[in-house]
Amino acid sequence: MNKHVTLSIDGRTILADEGKNLVDVAAENDIFIPSLCYFKNMDQPLGTCRTCTCKVNGRYGPACTEKVREGMVIEVGTEELKDMRKALVEMMFAEGNHICPACEKSGDCDLQHMGYELGISVSRFPHLFTDHKIDWQARRMLLEHNRCIKCMRCVEEVRTDNGKRVFSYQNRGNDTLVGIDYEQEALLSTEQAREAMRICPTGAIIVRGESLGKPFGQRKFDMKSTRTDFIPQRAYAKSSETKEKKRIATTSLAGCFGCHMSMLDIDTELLELVELVEFDKSPINDIKKFSGRCDLGIIEGGCCNDENIETLRAFREHCDILVSVGECAIWGGLPAMRNQLPLGECLEEAYLNCSTNDAETALVPYHKELPKLLNRVYACREVVKIDYNIPGCPPDAQHIWKAVKNLLWGEKFSILYNEFKYD
Amino acid sequence: MVQQGTILHNTGFAEPARTRMLDRLWEIQNRQRFISDTDIRRLAGEFSISAIEVEGVVSFYHFFHRKHAGKFTIYVNDSMTSRISGYDRIIRAFERETGARHGTTDATETFGLYATPCIGLCDQEPAALINFHPFTRLNALRIREIIAALKKGAPVETLCDEPAAPIRYTAGERPGIFFTAFTPGDAVSKLKTNSPDTIIGALKTTKLAGRGGAFYPTWMKWQAAADQPTGNKVVICNADEGEPGTFKDRILLQKVPETVIEGMTACARAIGANFGLIYLRAEYQWLQKPLLELLERYRNKKLLGRDCCGLKDFHFDIRLQIGAGSYVCGEETALIESAEGKRGEPRTKWFFPVQRGYLQLPTVVNNVETFSAAARILQHGVENYQSYGIERSSGTKLISVSGDCRKPGIYEINWGTTLRQLLSLCEAEHPWYIQESGPSGTVLSLDDLDVPIAMFDSMLTQHIRCGGALTIFSKNRDIIEILLNYADFYKKESCGICTPCRAGNFIVERKLERIRDGLATNEDLDELRQWGRLMRMTSRCGLGKTATNSIETALKKFAYYFESHTDPADKRLNMKFDLEGATADYEAYKS
Repeated sequence: MNKHVTLSIDGRTILADEGKNLVDVAAENDIFIPSLCYFKNMDQPLGTCRTCTCKVNGRYGPACTEKVREGMVIEVGTEELKDMRKALVEMMFAEGNHICPACEKSGDCDLQHMGYELGISVSRFPHLFTDHKIDWQARRMLLEHNRCIKCMRCVEEVRTDNGKRVFSYQNRGNDTLVGIDYEQEALLSTEQAREAMRICPTGAIIVRGESLGKPFGQRKFDMKSTRTDFIPQRAYAKSSETKEKKRIATTSLAGCFGCHMSMLDIDTELLELVELVEFDKSPINDIKKFSGRCDLGIIEGGCCNDENIETLRAFREHCDILVSVGECAIWGGLPAMRNQLPLGECLEEAYLNCSTNDAETALVPYHKELPKLLNRVYACREVVKIDYNIPGCPPDAQHIWKAVKNLLWGEKFSILYNEFKYD
Repeated sequence: MVQQGTILHNTGFAEPARTRMLDRLWEIQNRQRFISDTDIRRLAGEFSISAIEVEGVVSFYHFFHRKHAGKFTIYVNDSMTSRISGYDRIIRAFERETGARHGTTDATETFGLYATPCIGLCDQEPAALINFHPFTRLNALRIREIIAALKKGAPVETLCDEPAAPIRYTAGERPGIFFTAFTPGDAVSKLKTNSPDTIIGALKTTKLAGRGGAFYPTWMKWQAAADQPTGNKVVICNADEGEPGTFKDRILLQKVPETVIEGMTACARAIGANFGLIYLRAEYQWLQKPLLELLERYRNKKLLGRDCCGLKDFHFDIRLQIGAGSYVCGEETALIESAEGKRGEPRTKWFFPVQRGYLQLPTVVNNVETFSAAARILQHGVENYQSYGIERSSGTKLISVSGDCRKPGIYEINWGTTLRQLLSLCEAEHPWYIQESGPSGTVLSLDDLDVPIAMFDSMLTQHIRCGGALTIFSKNRDIIEILLNYADFYKKESCGICTPCRAGNFIVERKLERIRDGLATNEDLDELRQWGRLMRMTSRCGLGKTATNSIETALKKFAYYFESHTDPADKRLNMKFDLEGATADYEAYKS
């Protein structure tokens, strides 16, 4: 029989059981407090990810380590707090190497989901590109350290039947990672191993042969927000005013043209598009050189060679507004997977040491006509000033189209939940 | 979890075997100079935990090595005071003489050469530890002699220095509080006539506050622990003085360790504790022997143990725990975790140590200076203590002064002394950038000369709430180099489990590098401010919360410096992108 207490969250008076965890109390009252490390009621919550930071009686602190007390005054929804929580999740993206399109957990990933819910389009922090090795030595599991957010869930929760830990933090500071005990891991039952994979909020723990096997559209966080306070607004209908024709240029640097393909997916609205814009330099019309000033430049892909740099600088020079579209342009994306290795190692692996190459004649191609590779893949904003970023891999066609209409004609827009889901 | 075996003290207090984890690791490290996979598996068996957990503990502390660290392991202080006294020269000299490269051992594994943050000898830099014996005021010639003697087989303990304990000033004309005469029993003899309530009351009257730098009222902590139900309770002395530039606790432990023991005993009496623990940082291992001997003398005099201090049913004894190289263990909950034989990760605020601390028992953790002060209050009385200092801030404060000054050392100042007075006492040389309370403290400039060093309860009055260090840098020192040294320190010393501190310190360091390299714009400075605030507001413990203090205050106080180091032009091209540098790797394949 718990005593009831009255507290206030963002001015709302709430009745709750004394001593209950604040995150749970808020959730029961349809108040969304993001959380990653906290996933069930634990005596001694983990308190590691800090994404539930709010203000309790005027002091900043994580909601998950607060037991509700009588008269507590809690702030959750202030702009500052929203931005702080968003920043913390962005920090995780900058710290790890999260390449969602190549991840089994995409669509079932708490971190990715939190990115959507908080509306993260780009990490404000520079990507750190730390080199984490994949630990494949355990019998049943892979540990992909690049995706680990060090939430402590597995460290605390996954134990063998004799109570020993399977996971434990190793090292300290920015070298901290979660280590796995091969001996203990072998003692886990299949069900226990699956549970470890399930509680991992990212794709860091992968059980071999255990594909999630769910098609897109049926995954945990697919297509529908789990937030009850998230009410998508209807997209604004296109206005009927006649508009001045604008000039657009587009390019794909170190990208796969997937974002360009996505742009074509606006389907019938392409008809509207041709009425409204003229294309300058773009792969769509195969114009190679700028013929004049453009209102908008759309960049797909990051920079992996000096030709990309030249192109990007030309775009900056000719375009009033420059938008990077897709993950590769925003931070490097898939091509940036090589950033964890020195260029020499990549080239030698591909051209010299590769088993299908003839060792006698193998050489790394170098010619004055060939673009020179950069030491790493650079995000566009590292080379020129980028005005806007549209995230996704690729971004939804409607998302790009709405953003373009907004930038060129100031049309108001809102993005529907399923338009910024990319998995 | 079931622990095999417990360690039972004669006071009736029992500790699980796991609490000896660090001791066991030290034995192995000292004996064979590294900890092998076999050792880890054996310890895992011994403590009934998984090997990865033992490995987690080993890899947390930087004095434990997984590879041979040399028969003679040399640690050179790489904090800022050492950097300005010739750190690079010293490392080069050691490399030359030992044949070991920085960060490794020589081919014969005789010498291992490593850097470590502040070893608490900032008043006699450049300093180093060889097998944890102190060597101070090093120079190339001295290093040659030391290494030659070691090669000939001289024991380290015959070569090392007895670090000086320069007490430069004690509260002006009067004897001061901390360094007056003290014979064992001077403080605890008063326990017979003072009830626990009176002891706590005395602390309340004097407003003694946590001298580790947090200034939490000591009496409130003791009262909270006393209010917990009767049973096993613990008193911990935090002697993990890791804040770079601070060495006041070292001096107290060198000069008057009796006061610390008696302060702890008084606390035990006040809260009803039956177990005490001194957590001594590994860098001060040379103090271990004298401290153990002193504790033994106290036991022989019946001032510790069963029915100690002549009080029936008052059982109290103290164990000495040696750390293993980790700054964050100075945070009280991290210290408790470490003393329990775990990784030194700070706990959440779900419970406070006074509710559930060491072994989940009510625990008071206080700094060396706090216990010492408490003993002095008992010894000399409340009035004597209050006759020092100023109104609303009575007593004296120990300040470790180092850096660019003629007289580095300990200054026992009256609260209320101004920065100007202190700088003139220590004969500071062209002070320009002054770091108060170490890297986690704030930055002072010459604009702050007339601000008093005090601990007013209200933040309304401008004052310097100094935790115990004042590091002076002259105009010859580069601010960005200082800040980078601090950032690197925090990046490595963060325990690594909370996002803002682990990733934030790393990101902040990258940003500072941009300033150093002349790539930063005003936007970068703004981001640095915002991100510093983010870390301050969201980090799990004091480390992350204070890591950007110096950056934030330096940006404020030395705005002109940063302006001259940034690129004010708002160019839409990022002109600093260096195409030539970026293609240099590829150019290597030009045939």
